[in-house]
Amino acid sequence: MEDKKEGTVKSEGNNVSDPRIIAFVCNWCTYSGADLAGTSRMKYSDNVRVIKLPCSGRIDPLFIIEAFKKGAKGVLVSGCHPGDCHYISGNYHSRRKYAAFRDLLGFLGVDLNRIEFSWISASEGNKWVSVINEFTDKIKSLNDNSSDIFKK
Amino acid sequence: MARIGVFVCWCGSNIAGTVDVAKVTEEAKKVPGVVTAVDYKYMCSDPGQNSLRNMIKEQKLTGVVLAACSPHMHENTFRKAAVKEGLNPYFVEIANIREQVSWVHEDKERATQKAVDLMKMMVEKVKRDRPIEDVRVPLNKKALVIGGGISGIQAALDIANGGVEVLLVEKEPSIGGRMIQLDETFPTLDCSSCIMTPKMVEVNQHPNIKLYTYSEVEDVSGYIGNFKVKIKKKARSVVEKDCTGCGDCWNACPMHKNVKSEFNMNLSERTAIYVPFPQAVPLVPVLDRSVCLHFKKGGKCVKCYEACGPKCIDFDIKDEIIEETVGAIVASTGYDLMDNSLYGEYGYGKYKDVVSGLQFERLLSASGPTEGVIKRPSDGTTPQTIVFIQCVGSRDPEKGVPYCSKVCCMYTAKHAKLFAHKVHGSQSYVFYIDIRATSKGYEEFVRGTMEQDGAVYLRGRVSRIYEDEGKLIVKGADTLSGNQVEIAADMVVLATGVIPKKGSDKVAQMLGISYDKYGFFTESHPKLRPAESSTAGIYLAGMAQGPRDIPESVVSGSAAASKILGLFSKNEYEVEGTIASVNEATCVACFYCQRVCGFSAISRKEIKDRSGKVIKVVASVNPGLCTGCGACVNACFSKSIDVKGFMDDQIYAEIKSLAI
Ligand SMILES: Cc1cc2nc3c(=O)[nH]c(=O)nc-3n(C[C@H](O)[C@H](O)[C@H](O)COP(=O)(O)OP(=O)(O)OC[C@H]3O[C@@H](n4cnc5c(N)ncnc54)[C@H](O)[C@@H]3O)c2cc1C
Ligand code: SF4
Ligand code: SF4
Ligand code: SF4
Repeated sequence: MEDKKEGTVKSEGNNVSDPRIIAFVCNWCTYSGADLAGTSRMKYSDNVRVIKLPCSGRIDPLFIIEAFKKGAKGVLVSGCHPGDCHYISGNYHSRRKYAAFRDLLGFLGVDLNRIEFSWISASEGNKWVSVINEFTDKIKSLNDNSSDIFKK
Repeated sequence: MARIGVFVCWCGSNIAGTVDVAKVTEEAKKVPGVVTAVDYKYMCSDPGQNSLRNMIKEQKLTGVVLAACSPHMHENTFRKAAVKEGLNPYFVEIANIREQVSWVHEDKERATQKAVDLMKMMVEKVKRDRPIEDVRVPLNKKALVIGGGISGIQAALDIANGGVEVLLVEKEPSIGGRMIQLDETFPTLDCSSCIMTPKMVEVNQHPNIKLYTYSEVEDVSGYIGNFKVKIKKKARSVVEKDCTGCGDCWNACPMHKNVKSEFNMNLSERTAIYVPFPQAVPLVPVLDRSVCLHFKKGGKCVKCYEACGPKCIDFDIKDEIIEETVGAIVASTGYDLMDNSLYGEYGYGKYKDVVSGLQFERLLSASGPTEGVIKRPSDGTTPQTIVFIQCVGSRDPEKGVPYCSKVCCMYTAKHAKLFAHKVHGSQSYVFYIDIRATSKGYEEFVRGTMEQDGAVYLRGRVSRIYEDEGKLIVKGADTLSGNQVEIAADMVVLATGVIPKKGSDKVAQMLGISYDKYGFFTESHPKLRPAESSTAGIYLAGMAQGPRDIPESVVSGSAAASKILGLFSKNEYEVEGTIASVNEATCVACFYCQRVCGFSAISRKEIKDRSGKVIKVVASVNPGLCTGCGACVNACFSKSIDVKGFMDDQIYAEIKSLAI
């Protein structure tokens, strides 16, 4: 397997048992939900790195591709529940967009198991914890250590 | 060149117990652009903030990263401190290493690694921050209230008494809403018109209130501080300023018996030219062209015109459009009752003596069709036995609505009480599911109906109502005794659930505010911002938000008013600067952004040369409307629109900093 990685290459971490996961979350719901998990001192997998955006509507599908290119083994996209969006319709846009985008990623050869979409509200600290844990386990179970997530 | 300072907070042992803060600090020093990195016990404390300020000053920092608690906690604290040293507040970034690291992970080495990653991410972001100025929008200090029920009236009076001009738009010929249809009101039994009429008159006479009745708001555009509204004043066919309200016209109108009175809930008739009720405000009739003979038969009938002394009837008046600019809006469009015919088993519409709660109010009212003597609609006799059925349509997810309508337990207890007071020796039965009487004096009120006024409360549902020899036979279950009951009643009153006013969804769409699946307007936050809609500058009041009684409607009207007076206490409204901006050089005017923007914040802008010739059309962001959600950014193929504070290059740099 050839190495196409860019950026600061670090050898530690990011193997099958310790995959890097990037989460794109909205500021109002999911980020607050993740904070709540913290204030409630819940524990969850430390593989995740959170990138905060104003709204899930701001999350560009290209961010996801970029995250994979930079070595992420899994990408989580999470915003407010449909209907709860701080911006009224932002999450509808993202939902509609991702339906189309998933197909594209599949076409590019990305294993769709590596992308997770989830709606987590500011009061759902526990849901954040279980989504992160379950998604991390799922990525680990894919048992694929390829550094290039794009199969083609 | 960026000169970044990194400040790693211990938060006592909250962070330092799980994260090696010294290591994070050392790692920070290695990141290109970072000129200083320190750790400190409590960054948010005064000494902590001072060290931040000193460092900004001494090191001439161009940006700072605090690896500390969640930005939702202290971002503002640190921004304020930075501003004091002349830094733009948006050059402060927070790496959340408490709520999202030290409190949720246990392995110190791995937690430290994550903290380092988050710190680096934020350094990359802050390096790419641009100064952002908060935007100030000027405020037109005038308010529009849509709906002249008690909640809208209260809002209008409070705003007007605060010295601000108000436009009150009511679509019916008179203000007053539902409350003026009521007889006496729970829990104190004050007569509704006695307490309502003075308020209506006050509205009409208030120097700061411009009243538009028989009018509707047709169009709203713009944003907080600067809404352009179009009000359609429907043709009344009466010149308001000349009319004395004497009534000669409607007494002369030949259309006596043909038109049902909406105000009396179809229990009586009105003429074609009419005032809905004697205390109407304004006391100026409306000529209903849909039934008027002048308009039906080629302009022959002019009886009202002939009768009118001041000759103020004008058949040629046209609808008029009035354009106004206001800074804030209250939506208080109130409610309707659900359609009872969904409940065929109760015989509404089939049996004349099965009536709705509002119809019963009209039968109780001294100004109603029976002058306050309770009479059966079918034969005009006074009923001796009445069955009241609660929760009709409410709390019934199958056929009706799942929510509780909140006022019907109380008004049913009121109806039974007033019935007992008016018809001595009479008997009422109330079928209920639960009794919900939770406000001040309410429980006592219901108890009084049961104990002093002798109403028999039966817990259970009615299965069927049919007519037999002039009586309404009500069959139902008394679930407490386990018996089937059968009552021969003279009348049945249905405590029908409330729903939003017909057309309020259109109002919401016009205003760009959100509403729930039933059509009730939704609050910006159900608990903390109950008077505000999801759109800045638009406030909510009354039943239009959901079931509520008069005291609550009044409170919400006052709340909306005080929000507006607060807003208007300044000359400008400040909007966070983290909103979208367009690169006019690259914008290709495809307006994909406009399509996805849920806030109508994007408009067309023409760029002209010196001679005034349009040389280019570009998208333009309205700062009063843009919320900075960023949906437009992804829609733009030419990458010409971006949200300040969350620019594309910043996010890519954050992703890149995480590369493994
Ligand atoms: C049978 C019954 C009995 C009741 N008895 C009591 C009682 O005893 N005590 C008590 O506290 N509460 C009682 N209530 C509740 C009370 O009626 C309401 O709390 C109150 O009327 C709500 O006032 P509002 O201003 O929110 O709405 P409304 O009274 O409905 O007023 C809304 C106004 O807005 C106008 N409007 C609607 N749409 C538009 C538009 N698009 N453009 C312009 N204008 C528009 C309407 O014409 C109306 O005038 C009772 C309710 C019922 C059904
Ligand atoms: S007769 Fe003329 S003045 Fe009198 S109420 Fe009718 S329109 Fe007004
Ligand atoms: S207020 Fe009482 S009658 Fe009305 S829906 Fe609620 S429980 Fe039923
Ligand atoms: S950031 Fe959101 S609100 Fe602002 S213009 Fe773009 S889509 Fe509209």
